[in-house]
Amino acid sequence: MAEKEVVLMKGNEAIARAAIRCGVDGYFGYPITPQSEVIETLAELKPWETTGMQVVQAESELASIYMVYGAAGAGKKAMTSSSSPGIALMQEGITYMAGAELPGVFVNVQRGGPGLGTIQPSQGDYFQATRGGGNGDYNVIVLAPASVQEMADFVDLAFELAFKYRNPAMILSDGVIGQMMEKVVLPPFKPRRTDEEVIAQCPWASTGKKKGQTRRVITSLELKPEEMEKRNLALQEKYKKIKENEVRYETQQCDDAEYVIVAFGSAARIGEKAIEIAREEGIKVGLFRPITLWPFPEKEIAAMAKGKKGVLVAEINAGQMVQDVRLAINGAVPVEQFGRLGGIVPEPEEIVNALKTKLM
Amino acid sequence: MDTKEIISPENVVYKKPTLLNDTNMHYCPGCSHGVVHKLVAEVIEEMGLEEKAVGVSPVGCAVFAYNYIDIDWQEAAHGRAPAIATGIKRCWPDRLVFTYQGDGDLACIGTCETIHALNRGENIVIIFVNNAIYGMTGGQMAPTTLIGQKTSTCPYGRDPEIHGYPLKMADIAAQLEGTCYVTRQSVESVASINKAKKALKKAFQASMDGKGSSLVEFVSTCNSGWKLTPSKANEWMKENMFPFYPKGDLKDTINEK
Amino acid sequence: MAKMKGAIVIDTTRCKGCVLCVEACPQNVIALAGKVNVHGYPYVEAVKQESCVGCASCGIVCPDGCITVYRKKVE
Repeated sequence: MAEKEVVLMKGNEAIARAAIRCGVDGYFGYPITPQSEVIETLAELKPWETTGMQVVQAESELASIYMVYGAAGAGKKAMTSSSSPGIALMQEGITYMAGAELPGVFVNVQRGGPGLGTIQPSQGDYFQATRGGGNGDYNVIVLAPASVQEMADFVDLAFELAFKYRNPAMILSDGVIGQMMEKVVLPPFKPRRTDEEVIAQCPWASTGKKKGQTRRVITSLELKPEEMEKRNLALQEKYKKIKENEVRYETQQCDDAEYVIVAFGSAARIGEKAIEIAREEGIKVGLFRPITLWPFPEKEIAAMAKGKKGVLVAEINAGQMVQDVRLAINGAVPVEQFGRLGGIVPEPEEIVNALKTKLM
Repeated sequence: MDTKEIISPENVVYKKPTLLNDTNMHYCPGCSHGVVHKLVAEVIEEMGLEEKAVGVSPVGCAVFAYNYIDIDWQEAAHGRAPAIATGIKRCWPDRLVFTYQGDGDLACIGTCETIHALNRGENIVIIFVNNAIYGMTGGQMAPTTLIGQKTSTCPYGRDPEIHGYPLKMADIAAQLEGTCYVTRQSVESVASINKAKKALKKAFQASMDGKGSSLVEFVSTCNSGWKLTPSKANEWMKENMFPFYPKGDLKDTINEK
Repeated sequence: MAKMKGAIVIDTTRCKGCVLCVEACPQNVIALAGKVNVHGYPYVEAVKQESCVGCASCGIVCPDGCITVYRKKVE
């Protein structure tokens, strides 16, 4: 495939192709609907023969996340992908990676839950992603793509942020974006780092200690409470920096809007159509799309909401991001939520009706 | 001859390996872990692999192995060491990558990761310290606890009706296509320690030569958990563990690969 | 015929008094010292250094790597 060719492909496929192109060293994953195309595409493309990227079908999601831990702990660009129940299984590995400060990347192509749930799309893992389903005080960087192009673009971005802050980073997608086909410009080809580059970039990594060097230990364990507090405070300091520097969002027609829809991922796409319909009916509606769900664009949402008549959070769950929106807006303006459950994807008209009934 | 004449650097015939640093190890007096740590350090040193070695430590008594052997380490979650080792070795194929695990870690919560890493033939060595008990958490039953053996969670003795049967992981490993070397050793006597060291060296070499996965089991004691003196624990091990977990090579296809 | 004479040096702060070395020694060189070290462990000492032949059994079985063993040929 030529460098700047525009190609039609599924979101899941875009993740796989982007991973190869941005120099990922290893993908370790397990099949689960609706994201098995990620590993299937990689298996078909055989990057171990071209770029040297390793692709391993692990025995479980549990094993997958730990393979990422091992490779990331050794300074390599490692990633996995799964869907909601598989990500639930990975929570232990994710908190361990946050505690050991490892730059692993993982993709959640969300499906309906709870439990085994359904294979249809949902956004029910917002809490799991942003509140952390694992134990302890930690955060992972969360990017929410709303198009196949963003699926492709966010792989490199996720790794960039993960290595910049030595923190796990997640791409929170869903079954709509994973399965839909859109035109995409794949990222330019970037070779994998050499061993020397890895060692230079990651002096903290367990790459084999040279004589005279202090050994590197990748661990999240610290039994002395004073030391553990220091560690935790350092993590909190890091999260503060990420919040100050890495917020990403997009707005559409918010300036003259009387009402704003806040939505991420595929709900934002439906929201785009909803504001079109509303404006045709004479209602001035805008769209605020958080791109980073953590760090959450709190200041930006608070600023946007000033002077508005109401905010509708449209998300495909029972009400998760609405909590963060309410916290950000802090009572200044009415905030309502609309969502569908069980794997049902709402129609744009439903969002417009919800706005009318709940806020007008 | 004066003792002072004998104690001179050129006369050293045995000393602690340099790779085993000066930090006092936290293990109980007489614990087999200490001897196995010594062997790991000696073998890595003798093979000149200090700069290439990456160990993966378990959850269990040996969780702090990384404080004692002076190489790079990664701390694993309980049972996950073989998966972590897979991630490291796949991305750094020229490194010496090994796991160091106890019986709960390897044969209970980590059974899946153990079997699959071995079965994929990852070029790693899995070191298995089997003392038939959960030492670190205070002496509970392990998947390798013997029938009739008493622990804090089977205080009347392991009963197959309630607790099921002990697991022979080395036998399972020997069945797997991906393994090239599966062996059981012990470290209670000079003779057994010398044999064990040879086995460990063989396994490390096989992994560096890309021959597949190895499992080196050390049938061991836990004198604290078994509530015996170190010496009596060795006796108990010889009388009870050795017949059930017989020593020797269960599989050696290194030269066939 | 030349004989081997040995001598051992014990790191008593590493020693935990497990006495596996005492049992391994074929020459009864080692015994508990009757004292404890800074960590509270009873430790061993060489009580019959002159009987040591430098076989290194003690050093080899010691789980803590406490013992350095020396050996020299005696004409």
